[in-house]
Amino acid sequence: MMPIWLALAKVLLAFVVGLGVVVLLVWFERKIVSDLQNRIGPNRAGPFGILQTVADGLKLFFKEQITPSRVERFVFELAPFLAVVPALMLFLVVPIARPIEITLDGAPYLLSFAALDINVGLLFALAMSSIAVYAIVLAGWSSGSKYPLIGGVRGSAQAISYEAAMGLSMVAVVMWVTTLPGVTDMGAMSVNEIVLRQQGTFFPDLLALSWIPQWNLIPQFPAFVIFMIAIFAETNRAPFDLVEAEQEIVAGFNTEYSGMRFAMFFLAEYLNMFTMSALAVSLFLGGWGGPFLDTIDGWAATALSFGYFLFKTGLVLFLFVWVRATLPRFRYDQLMQLGWKRLIPTALLWLILTTLVVSFREFGAPWA
Amino acid sequence: MADTPNPIPGMIRGMSVTWKTLFTKPVTVNYPKVKEEPHPRARGVIALDQDACTVCMLCARSCPDWCIYIEGHKEEQEPSKPGGRVRVRAELDRFDIDYALCMYCGICVEVCPFDALFWSPEYEYGEQEMGELLHRKEKLQDWLETVPDAPALES
Amino acid sequence: MLDAQAMAQISETSVAVELETSDMTLNIGPQHPSTHGVLRLVAKVDGEVITDVRPILGYMHRGYEKISEVRTYPQVIALINRIDWTSGYANEIPFVVAAERLMGIEVPERAQWIRLILTEMTRISAHLLFMGSFPLELGATTPLMFALRDRERVLDVLESVTGGRFHPNFNRIGGIKPAAGAGKEQKKLTQDLPAGFFTETEAAMDGVIASTDQLEKLLRKNEIFVARTKGIGVLPPEVALSYGVTGPNLRASGVPYDLRNETDYLPYDQVDFEIPVGTEGDSFDRWWVRLAEIRQSANIVKQAIQKVPSGPLQAKVPKIIKVPKGETYVRAEVPKGVMGYYLVSEGGQGPYRVKIRTASFSNLSMLPWILEGVIVPDLLAVMGSLDFVLGDVDR
Repeated sequence: MMPIWLALAKVLLAFVVGLGVVVLLVWFERKIVSDLQNRIGPNRAGPFGILQTVADGLKLFFKEQITPSRVERFVFELAPFLAVVPALMLFLVVPIARPIEITLDGAPYLLSFAALDINVGLLFALAMSSIAVYAIVLAGWSSGSKYPLIGGVRGSAQAISYEAAMGLSMVAVVMWVTTLPGVTDMGAMSVNEIVLRQQGTFFPDLLALSWIPQWNLIPQFPAFVIFMIAIFAETNRAPFDLVEAEQEIVAGFNTEYSGMRFAMFFLAEYLNMFTMSALAVSLFLGGWGGPFLDTIDGWAATALSFGYFLFKTGLVLFLFVWVRATLPRFRYDQLMQLGWKRLIPTALLWLILTTLVVSFREFGAPWA
Repeated sequence: MADTPNPIPGMIRGMSVTWKTLFTKPVTVNYPKVKEEPHPRARGVIALDQDACTVCMLCARSCPDWCIYIEGHKEEQEPSKPGGRVRVRAELDRFDIDYALCMYCGICVEVCPFDALFWSPEYEYGEQEMGELLHRKEKLQDWLETVPDAPALES
Repeated sequence: MLDAQAMAQISETSVAVELETSDMTLNIGPQHPSTHGVLRLVAKVDGEVITDVRPILGYMHRGYEKISEVRTYPQVIALINRIDWTSGYANEIPFVVAAERLMGIEVPERAQWIRLILTEMTRISAHLLFMGSFPLELGATTPLMFALRDRERVLDVLESVTGGRFHPNFNRIGGIKPAAGAGKEQKKLTQDLPAGFFTETEAAMDGVIASTDQLEKLLRKNEIFVARTKGIGVLPPEVALSYGVTGPNLRASGVPYDLRNETDYLPYDQVDFEIPVGTEGDSFDRWWVRLAEIRQSANIVKQAIQKVPSGPLQAKVPKIIKVPKGETYVRAEVPKGVMGYYLVSEGGQGPYRVKIRTASFSNLSMLPWILEGVIVPDLLAVMGSLDFVLGDVDR
C-alpha cells in the first residue's frame, strides 16, 4: 500500500510537470510556427522570449472577468474548471519515467512514475477525455450567444465521433500487448504496463537488427495513424479546429470568456495537447524507453528515461505544430465524413486484422 | 474528385514546403533593435525651411484635407541704401501641420514655389496624445536636418 | 378514452407541428472577422442552407464622387488612391487618362511604360494579398505569411520610386510625378526613377515567381484545400456576364475578357502575355486564376523593363490644370476587375462630376445569386474567393 504522502508527491509531480510543460509548450508552438512561416516570433520576454507565456498569463490574470448578462451563470463559471481538471487528471495515468526500486519502511518498493498506476488506465484516459467535452458544450451553451453555441455543438459532435476511432485504435494496441510472447497475465489496460511491454527489441537474437525497439509503432502502424488523427480532432487542433474557427464563428465556445476564465480554456487546450501526445508516446513509441537505459541504474536511469519521454513527446508536439502551420481547416461535414466513413471503418478493419493475428498467436498459428 | 478527402499525399508536399522554411532565415526585421533604412523618397514627415517661406499660402490652399495652418504678417524693412524704396517682407507667425489629418499626398511639397517644404523619410514621431501630432514651425524646422540628398537617378 | 382514430389524428397533427420549420435569420457582419471590412449580410438560413442573402452596404461610404467635385485634379488623384487601398496605384490610371484625353495631352512614352510597370506591380501586390487572405479564411495561416513576405518586396520597390507603399500618388496629368524625392534641391533637378530601380524590380519579380511556386506547392494539391474549394460557389459565365462581374472572377468562369487587351490606355499591346482562364468558375478556379495572373504580371514587368525608352516623364502641362469642357469615360483593368471613371468637366480646376465604377461593387452584386443554396460553412470559401474590398464597394 502506497503511503498517502507518496501519492500526494506523485500527484504534485504530475501537476508540476504538466503545467511546466504547458508554459513551455505555448512558447514552443509560437516559436516553431513563426520559424515555419519565416518570422521571428516572440523574443521580448526573457531569453528567446521564453517568458512570453508567463507574461501573457499575468496579463490575463489581471484582466477583468466579464460576465455577459445573458449567461447561465453557474454553468458559465463551472465550464473552465471542467476543461482544466480532466486534462490534468488524464495526465496522471501516463508514466513519465522508468520505475525505480526504493526502500520504503524498510521494505523494497517499486516506485512507478505514473501518479495513478491503475489497471484500467486507458479506460480512465478515455473517460477523462470524454468529460473534457462537457466543458466545451457547457461553455458554448451557457454563454447565451450564437457563435459559442455553434462552437459548442461542433465540439461535442466532433469529440464523440473521433473518440470512437481513438478507442478502437487503443483496443488494437491493448490486444497486441496482452498477447505478446511470454506474457501470461491480461492486465494491459494499464498504461504503465503497456510501456513496460514495449521495452526490449523485436529481434534480440539477430545482431544486425537488434537495435529495432519493440515499440507498438511498428506492428500497429495503422492504429498509430488513426490514433494521431483522432487526437488531433480530440484536442481541437488544426486541421480540426472547427470549434474555434475564428474566421467562421469568431472564437467559438470561448467567445464570451475573458480574463482568467479564458486563460483556463487556453491552458486546458495545451494541456490536452501535451497529455494526448504523452499518451501517444506511451502507447506507440515505447514511453520512457530508449537506448543505454540498461547500462546505468538508479536515479540516473530514471532521469535519462524522463528525458527520453520528454524528447519523444516533443517530437509528437512538433508534429502538432507543423500540421497547424501547414494545413487549412476542414469543413464541418467533411470532418464528420472523414471520421465516420474513413477513420472508424479503417479502425474496425484493423481491429479485425489484429484479432486474427492475435488469436493465431494465442492458439498457435504456424508463424506467430 | 471524391467528396471525402484522403489525407495523405498533397498535404505531405505542403508540409515539405513549411519544413524547408524552418531552416531559412526569418525575413522579419526586429524593429526597435534593428531599423530599416527608409528610402530617401519615402514620404515620412514634412520639413519646413522657415527662411524660404514667403507665406504665399499655396500649400495650405492645395492641401486636400486642409491640415496646414499658416498665419503671417507684413513687415516693412529698412531700405538697403538711404532714400531707397521701403521693402515689404512677409513674416511667418504660425506654420502648423496637423499630422493627425495629413494624408501624406505630398501636394504641398510639390506646389511650394520657393522650396520651403521637403519630404523627410523620418517616421518615428508617434505620440500618446492626438494633439501632439500638430507640429509647430520650430518642430518642422528641426526635421529639415533629416532631409536626405536627392538619390542617384536611373539614366 | 379516445378511440384509435382520434389518437392517430392527434399524433399526426403533433408530427405536422413538429415538422413545421421556419427559416432562421443569420446576421453576419458588419463586425465579422472575415467580411473584409464592414460588409453586412442578412442571410435566411434553412438548416445549413442559405436560401436568401441581402448584402447591406454603405458602412464605409466616404463620398468620393461628391468630394471629387470640390477638389482640384491633383487633389482628386491623391484621394482616389484610397478607394481600393490594396491597389492604390492602379486606381489612379483611369482617372488620369480620362483627364489627359479631355485635355488632348500626349503622355511621353517613358511615362507610359513606367505607369505600366507600376500598375502590374500593384496587381501583383494585390493578388498576393489575396493569396494570403483566402487560405487564411479556410484556416491556413502560412500562405498569408509567405504572401505578405513577397508582397513586402514588391511594395518596397514601389516605395523606392513613388515614396508611398499603399498610396503612391505618383501620377500627374501629363505623365508621372515631377518632383518625387528630390531631397534638398527639389526643383533644380530633373526627376526620374532612382538608380537601381530596374535591377531591384527584376530581382523582386524573380522572388515573386519563386513565391508563386511555393504557394502552389503548398496548396494546389492539398486535399483539404481542394475539398474546400472545388465545386464550391460555381459561377457560370452567362451569370457572371449578366451581373457585370469583371476581373479574375470573370476569367475564372472561362471568359477571357481583359481590358489590357481591349483598350489602349497603356501600351499593353507591345508586351506578350497570356490571359489565364478557369474552366469551372468555382472558388478553386478563382484562386488559381489569380495565382497564374501573378506570374503573367511578373512576366509583363520583366518585359517592360527592357522596353522603357529614355525621355521626359512629363508632357508640357500648365501649372494650374484646367480641363476643357467635355465628358469622357475611361476604363482600366485594375487588380479587382474593371474600374472606370466617367469624368464631366465644365472647364474648371476640378471635375464637375465624377462617376466611379468600381470592380468590387459589381462583383459583389451577384452575392445573392451565388450564395443561394450554399451551405453556411462554405460561405467563407465563396466570399473569400471573390476578393472584394469594402472601400472599393462603398467608395
